[in-house]
Parts: sequence; structure tokens; C-alpha cells
Amino acid sequence: MGEWMLGLYVFVLAMLVGFEVITKVPPTLHTPLMSGANAISGITLLGALVVAGSGSGRLAVGLAIGAVVLATVNVVGGFLVTDRMLRMFRKRD
Amino acid sequence: MVESAQYLVYLLSAALFVWGLRRLGSPATARSGNALAALAMLLAVVVTLLDRGIVSWTGIAGGLLAGAIIGALLARTVKMTAMPELVGVFNGLGGGASALVASAEFFRTFQFTWEIEMIGESALLVAARAMGGGPGLGAPGAASVALGVLVGTVTLSGSFIAFGKLKGFLPGRPVVWPLQKTLNLILFLSAVGISAVLAAGAGGVIDLGAPTVLLAALAGIALLLGIFLVLPIGGADMPVVISLLNSYSGLAASAAGFVVGNPLLIIAGALVGASGLILTQLMCRAMNRSLANVAFGAFGGTGVQAGADTGDRPVRRTTPEEAALLLAYAQSVIIVPGYGLAVAQAQHEVRKLMDLLQARDVQVRFAIHPVAGRMPGHMNVLLAEADIPYDLLVDMDDANPEFPRTDVVVVVGANDVVNPVARDPGSPIAGMPILDVDRARSVVVIKRSLSPGFAGIDNPLFYNENTFMLFMDAKEAVSSLAREVKEA
Repeated sequence: MGEWMLGLYVFVLAMLVGFEVITKVPPTLHTPLMSGANAISGITLLGALVVAGSGSGRLAVGLAIGAVVLATVNVVGGFLVTDRMLRMFRKRD
Repeated sequence: MVESAQYLVYLLSAALFVWGLRRLGSPATARSGNALAALAMLLAVVVTLLDRGIVSWTGIAGGLLAGAIIGALLARTVKMTAMPELVGVFNGLGGGASALVASAEFFRTFQFTWEIEMIGESALLVAARAMGGGPGLGAPGAASVALGVLVGTVTLSGSFIAFGKLKGFLPGRPVVWPLQKTLNLILFLSAVGISAVLAAGAGGVIDLGAPTVLLAALAGIALLLGIFLVLPIGGADMPVVISLLNSYSGLAASAAGFVVGNPLLIIAGALVGASGLILTQLMCRAMNRSLANVAFGAFGGTGVQAGADTGDRPVRRTTPEEAALLLAYAQSVIIVPGYGLAVAQAQHEVRKLMDLLQARDVQVRFAIHPVAGRMPGHMNVLLAEADIPYDLLVDMDDANPEFPRTDVVVVVGANDVVNPVARDPGSPIAGMPILDVDRARSVVVIKRSLSPGFAGIDNPLFYNENTFMLFMDAKEAVSSLAREVKEA
């Protein structure tokens, strides 16, 4: 089994885990869930870092540095704003 | 050895993401869940930076710093009412980043295979090791690049159109033009065609003359496609669009994971993809529409007059004094907030009213329709900001059995989601799940006028004999109600 097929297995199984975990999130938390998940999608930052630091080819590195900026905005902003929202949720005293 | 350690940390990060998302499932643990996910991200980034393949630091340091500053500023300054816009922008940036990563890796490996060919067949393995990569992307790799660029760029442009519609600098109504679907189909088929050529070229089947031009063309088509797909969708359908683009941003990250061969990207992207799909489905169900209908229906805000024939039936007007008496001497009150409440910035006034009623031992709760805000769960955040405890916020399914036992329901700035005509199979919104407020003992509707809502249909609730209309601005109405309750 090749690397691609293995990747596909991982992808499908991770989707199923995602469905299972997220179905249980109550509607009250859907906005923080979405912005938190959104921050997680900034994981593409890892790929951006590897290419941006590889020092191979001006075009590739330039595009990758752009990706580093966009993905970092997504990650840092996403987690911070989710925390800001969740701090406001409080139970009845 | 070092590489295995790196991948073990990635595995730990993946587990932490799942655990974090799980803890996001309850308000009591949600904050720690978000912190866990952030920790997982930090671990993954640090381990990636230790990679021996990283030789040049200036661009990385600058990029990280700039991104972190912009992200922190946006997160700190955004107003809670503007949360859909911000999440929309973040979705777009995530998608854009994935598209850039996919294309950057494409150019890196393309140039790389070209160099190997120059060196010659015998030196191939040595050269490949020295450069720290495999021999080219191959057909599946190029297909992943195409997918990453396509999905990522559609997410980018689509998100910015959604942002414009939410912000109001683009028309919120559906923008339609002739041959819309045909044009989109042509664009989509060209994108698939270019992807196939790229894959065939990378697989060595055909000679790839100008990969840069091909990839740029693909990105251009995807950019147009994102714009054309979101422009025809009405402002009221934005919760669906934002959820779907959220899902796309995850799927684009997964595609980038296939391109750079990183399983953590595949897993994290799939988790986000799944989350966005679930929310999309929930939003569609809450509006009783299929995804295809949202995407191609050009529905919402078109101003069609149809549905229940209410003719010249009289409505019962009320005054803040009268309505306040009703509230002050009730045992149970349910407040139904709609987006009009957020537009009027009346959350804090509502909270004051809640405090005063609670001081008189009136039970106060809030019934929240899934599409009450401009994104899933938006209304809950707006009420939490006004310091209203989350355990007083009741979902539609739990609220509906409560209405017949409720003395007074106060509807603030909501219309279609409380329109009983949805129960009539012949109506344009037939089957849309609604809050059954008309079953309560009495209903106070705060509204500026009798104008119809987004769906453009009249609301028979307003003409019921147990409904009292308070024709006022939401904020003004709620604060005068609070004042009168205090004196009652």
C-alpha cells in the first residue's frame, strides 16, 4: 500500500472521528466551535514553514512566506478570539 | 530517528486536537478544550521549526511575527456582532494559505525534478538525498496540488464575498445574471481539465510545457468560481455559507497535507472539514432547505408576497406599560431574540429586564432558533457577552414543549423563525422548523412595523388574539419595558 493510499485511510478515519466528536457539541457553542476549528485549519502553517525555510527557488519560498503570514493570522487570531468568546460564557450564580 | 520523534509529536498533536474538540462540547470545559488545541498547534509548530530541512529563517521569522500581530489585533478588537465577518475572513485566509502551500510545494518539487534530469540518471538518488526530498510529486501529488489550489482559492474568494455581504458593501440580496449555472459549470469543468493535465504531466504521461501558467490559470478560475458561487446567495443564508466555507478551509488543509506528505495536516484538516459539514447540515435543516437549494435557489430577500391571507385583520397594539404589567405578574417568561435584537444592540437592555423580572421571582429563559444569528450559535455568544448565563439559553427542540406552559413570550426582532405559517404545507416556508411561540398564553412582539421578514411572507402570529404588538425600536422597547417592570 502506497503513501497516498495510507493518507486516504487517515483522512477518512479522521473525518469519521470529527463527525463523532462534533455531533455532540450543543448549539450554544457552535460559534466558538467554528472559530476554534477554524484556528485548527491553520495547521497548514506547518507545510508553509517547511517550504518557506527550504531555501529552494525564489517563487516557491515567496509563495510559502505568504502562506506563513496568512496561516499565522488564522491560527493566532482564531485561538485568541475563541478564548475571548468562551470567557464570556458563565453559568447562573 | 529525529524524524520519528517529529512524527510522534505530530501524533500527540493530532490526539490533542481531538481531545480539545471534545472538550469544546460542554460550556464548562470549552475554554480548556480551546487551550488544548492551541497547545497542540504550538507543539506542532515548534517541532516543525526543528526540522533539519529548514535552512533559512528570515522569511519565516518575519512571516510568523507579522501574522501573529495581525491575528492578535483582529481577535482583540472585533465586536461580537461582527464575529461572522471575522470567522469568514479567517476561513478565507486559511484556504488561501493552503492554496499557497500547495502551489509553493509544486514549484519546489517541479524545479527539483528538473535539476535531477540535468544531473543525469546515475546521480539521481544521491541528488535526491542531498536535497532532502523524493523524486518529484508524481501524478497523485500533482492532483493533490490541484485540489488544494482549487478548494483553497474558492474558500478565499468565496469568504471575501461573504464578508462583503455581511459587512454591507456588497448587496445582501442574491445577485443573479443569465447563464449563471452554465458559466459555473464551464469554469468547474475547466478546473478539472487543468488538474488532469497537471497530474498527467507530473506522472510523466505528457510533457508539461508551462506549469506556472497552468497553475495560475487554475487559481484564476477558482477565484472566479468562489465569487460566482457566493454572489447569488442571499444575506439570510450566510450561516450556511460560512459553515460550508469553514468546511472547505479544513479540506484545503487536508489537500495541502497530501501535497507535503504531512499526516497531521490531513488529520486536522479532516476534523475541521467534518465540523463544517455538520454545521452546514444543521443550518440547512434549520431553514428546511437543501444545500443545493441554498446554492442555486437565489432565495431570500426577493420580496415575494405570498402565503397566509391575513387581509385587513386587526392587530392588538400594546404599550410598554401594559406589556410590563403582563410580564411583572407572570410566573414564566420566555424571550425569543432574533437578529433584530443584535442590530439594535439591545442585549444589555434585555439582560436588565431579565434581572428585574428574576428579582420578582419570574422564571426567565431564552429560546434560541438555530438561525437566529448570522452564523451558527451567534445569538448565544451575543447574549453571553451581555452576561446572560448560558443555562438560561434553551435550544429550539427543548423550548417548543415549554411554550404551552409559558405565561408570556417576548419576541424581539425575530419574524420568520416564529411564523406559524411554516406548519401549513402550502406555504413557501412549509416545513421550516419554528419556535411555537403562538402556543404560549400570551405573546408580546416587539417590532418596528408589520413588514415581512427575509422570506418576504406575512406572519399570522401578529394577528392572533393572544398576541400584543409593541411597535417600537427593539432597544427602546426593551428598556422602557424594564423601566415599567421596575415601577410595577
